[in-house]
Amino acid sequence: MSLKTETMVLNMGPQHPSTHGVLRLELEIEGEVIKKVIPHLGYLHRCFEKHAEAMQYNQVVPYTDRLDYLAAMGNNFGYVLAAEKLLGIQVPERVEYIRVIMAELQRIASHTVAIATNGADIGALTPFLYLFRDREHILTIFEETCGARMLYNYMWIGGLSHDIHPDFVRKTKEFTNYFKNTIVEVDNLLSYNKIFIERTANVGVLPADTAINYGATGPVLRGSGVKFDLRKEDPYSIYNRFDFDIPVGKGLQGTVGDCWDRYYVRMREMEQSLRIIEHAIDQIPEGDVQSAIPKRIKPPKGTSYARVENPRGELGYFLISDGNTNPFRVKVRAPSFVNLEVFGELCKGHLVADVIAILGSIDIVLGEVDR
Amino acid sequence: MYQFFFDLTGNVIISTLAVALVPLICILLVTLFGVWLERKVSAWMQDRVGPNRIGPYGIFQTVADFIKMLQKEDAVSSEIDGVLYNIAPVLVFAGSFAAFAVIPFAATIIGSEIEVGLFYMLAVSSFVVAGILMGGWSSNNKYSLLGSMRSAAQIVSYEIPTALVVLSMVMLTGTLSLTQISELQTSSFWHWNIFGGPGWELSKFLLIPFMVVGFIIIFISTLAEVNRTPFDIPEAESELVAGYFTEYCGMKYGMFMLAEYGNMFAVSLLVSVLFFGGYQSPVGYLGKTFGIEWLVSLEQFGWFFAKGWFFIFVQMWLRWTLPRLRVDQLMTLCWKYLIPYAVINLVIIGIISLL
Repeated sequence: MSLKTETMVLNMGPQHPSTHGVLRLELEIEGEVIKKVIPHLGYLHRCFEKHAEAMQYNQVVPYTDRLDYLAAMGNNFGYVLAAEKLLGIQVPERVEYIRVIMAELQRIASHTVAIATNGADIGALTPFLYLFRDREHILTIFEETCGARMLYNYMWIGGLSHDIHPDFVRKTKEFTNYFKNTIVEVDNLLSYNKIFIERTANVGVLPADTAINYGATGPVLRGSGVKFDLRKEDPYSIYNRFDFDIPVGKGLQGTVGDCWDRYYVRMREMEQSLRIIEHAIDQIPEGDVQSAIPKRIKPPKGTSYARVENPRGELGYFLISDGNTNPFRVKVRAPSFVNLEVFGELCKGHLVADVIAILGSIDIVLGEVDR
Repeated sequence: MYQFFFDLTGNVIISTLAVALVPLICILLVTLFGVWLERKVSAWMQDRVGPNRIGPYGIFQTVADFIKMLQKEDAVSSEIDGVLYNIAPVLVFAGSFAAFAVIPFAATIIGSEIEVGLFYMLAVSSFVVAGILMGGWSSNNKYSLLGSMRSAAQIVSYEIPTALVVLSMVMLTGTLSLTQISELQTSSFWHWNIFGGPGWELSKFLLIPFMVVGFIIIFISTLAEVNRTPFDIPEAESELVAGYFTEYCGMKYGMFMLAEYGNMFAVSLLVSVLFFGGYQSPVGYLGKTFGIEWLVSLEQFGWFFAKGWFFIFVQMWLRWTLPRLRVDQLMTLCWKYLIPYAVINLVIIGIISLL
């Protein structure tokens, strides 16, 4: 005898505490077991790419801030690299160093949010507040330097909007020393917590081949054990001068590529970012950060593509110039958007509670997914 | 206590109401203070300030919140099942309220001194399940439904280890009356059940490890019964928005809150009666030294509240430290670990108490 059962469609979002913004998930569930997940995007669509066509090259920079709003420095970085390639500008050494330090500080700030929200979704609210407290130190450093806490408009084509603050070096060193304790604290409180491991290990396992087939990048790819980081594979700016490791998922608590691995890769990446900052902070050469900023930006006809390793993965900008002051086309390869593709694959057969754990471990930012 | 009010007023109805009112006021105050404490404790643990605007240290914040909640519009969806929807919060609240009737706050302060107090308490606390199921079903909301299904499964499962541990305590003390269990553990903390109960026999020392195990089992399972983290999956806010009371607002929501904190307090008191001497002082009474009868009652009341609040604090401490389990892991913990251990514990305590 078999009972007649029906599946239920549960609508999760766009107003839901753990969809990390305005993602809407249509879950087809049988009891609490997921049969199918359909993500619905577009609630935060702002026509960035079309909008950029109506802007001059330098005016696009503030709009890139709003893509991945947790890693605005990284977004600026990618765009200015693409534009500088198009214009053939060589920026001063000082600018390169400051850009790298800012991007790495931003990576730490972004990963703290990723880890904090992943933990908070699973119910650990205290590490969430600890991490947000310490992210504040980075935001303060940014605020002193460029006046903004979140949307910086800091990196300009050919330079920076402001030179670093006189206190910058001291405060950054203080921060790097201080933050090491936070990493230990969070490791103790969350990473090796038995319940947290139970909730994340062997959940949402993403095999390496699937990750590559879907084009996943960043911690999602590295969590699956693939050692791929643009800072090493295709070094941009001056990343080849620094010594750092690429943490990959090893399946320490479960299977390679599970939620815990993705989480753990982020934890270890923060340590590597601290290493880069500590290395770079003492080497900042003297110079004028605005000396290479062109007076009039009118690149020749042509195309350029620049990609950077953003906290969420490979962020690429493809610019087409038709010789005017405005870009003819700006195409963004957004890591969150691509990483979200694997989400449906990961959720199958898991429970409703796992959906939020998996979504948290993929770590999307809707500003970037929808653009 | 009924006798006290009857002597005072000489009227059956007034004295009955007065006896009923005491736990009600007690729950209200416990909830108001409990919510404030929860916010202060979490703030303290998370390096924040917490409520600090209304009254000294923000102590009246919850009073203000409560008044706000009373004034709120009772907005209900048009698709609800009206009767069940309205009964549910009352039922949930009634369950936790009724449990206070048999709790002896002091040797003389007890709502109703019945012989089967423990049995009664376990019975009325499962009342809550019906209310939660009703609320979840009648809200016509899928999150509420999922939350209430989880909750029903959880509470029903975790009642078994609770009952098994209670059973072992009943075996040891030979009574179901909460007052008598408290009375037995008199004069010093060495006579508490966690230390094997009164007396100095050899069996007492044999009992201590099993008492500790029993205490841990009942503490975990009562934590699950009152839906606290790490077992707060019925109302897991990051998954199910607010679980079974998603669709409730205003004072109906307030009733669920009252019931939650009332339950927390009730189970804390139950644990302290079973293992930590109930209202008994760990060291002795000033009132007895000076021969003042009413001071003894007052001291007992104070000790009992102190123990109750201590366990509430532990519950809060756990809530702000641990993540939450998944629904299947919760069931695994109950059926594969707690129940077998509770059964083994029951048998061993039985054998030792026969010695």
